[in-house]
Amino acid sequence: MKSLAELKAIRDKMQNQINMRSESGDENAIRVVVGMATCGIAAGARPVLNELADKVQEKGLSDKIVVTQTGCIGLCQYEPIVEVYEPGKEKVTYIKMNAEKADEVLTRHLIGGHVVDDYTMGSSGLK
Amino acid sequence: MTEISLNILDIAENSVAAGAKNIQIEISVSRSDDILKVIIADDGKGMDQKTLEKVTDPFFTSRTTRKIGLGVPFFKMAAEATGGSFEINSSPGEGTRICADFVLSHIDRMPLGDISTTIHNLIVFHPQLDVSYRYQVDDAYFDLNTKEIREILGDIPLDSKEVSRYIKDYLVENKQETDKEEVFQ
Repeated sequence: MKSLAELKAIRDKMQNQINMRSESGDENAIRVVVGMATCGIAAGARPVLNELADKVQEKGLSDKIVVTQTGCIGLCQYEPIVEVYEPGKEKVTYIKMNAEKADEVLTRHLIGGHVVDDYTMGSSGLK
Repeated sequence: MTEISLNILDIAENSVAAGAKNIQIEISVSRSDDILKVIIADDGKGMDQKTLEKVTDPFFTSRTTRKIGLGVPFFKMAAEATGGSFEINSSPGEGTRICADFVLSHIDRMPLGDISTTIHNLIVFHPQLDVSYRYQVDDAYFDLNTKEIREILGDIPLDSKEVSRYIKDYLVENKQETDKEEVFQ
């Protein structure tokens, strides 16, 4: 069994790091919101959320990109939905996402700065 | 919903929406009784008798985006489809408790699924929420309590990379030892 003793070692290690702060990011961070209501979860939002959250942490981007979840956005038939809020820019809504597409959005849009048009709600003729 | 664990994630989000500060989730499998039991209890705002009567009705919801609410009905249906049972108790100001029994060997019982990810998600995406979790198979069990973790960590956040990883590993490894890697599907 894994015990809490290991956690103490993590604490001691982290307390030695200077400039440690919460991973809530600053106000210039990009906010990525995944719909996690019944409709989202049933459509497969959990792998999307975890792919985004894991990759952001892995790549050490937690201060630039904040991944959070929300309830029903009201467009259940297009779930899983990912909304991207970038300061000073219009909101981008990605629909019918999966982990693979999420990974692409992370690389091309969130890191690269280019909206992945193929997956947006706008490109599917909806506004 | 294809997994019991996804239903649990969905139901637990209701607890968060109800302002719960504490949520207790218990999975217990008894092979001798042929039952997989799920308990989800919170200290959220609770429901009055009138609301409680309507909550298993798919055409009732408290949200405003749509007139349909399927979370609780899905979970109830999944349990009852196995010949099991579903019970929900609530009182205003005190919280809500759901208990569902799934008949383990029934062909219509959906797989438990990735319960460790469900619990991990709840913890790291709701930093204010305290989660108390037990996973039990016959006599073997393990617990995870975020209050204990917080006591050790002080002000180091649960969603920081190292801690998040530790919690995930803790859930996955201890589950494997508890159920000897028997997957309940």
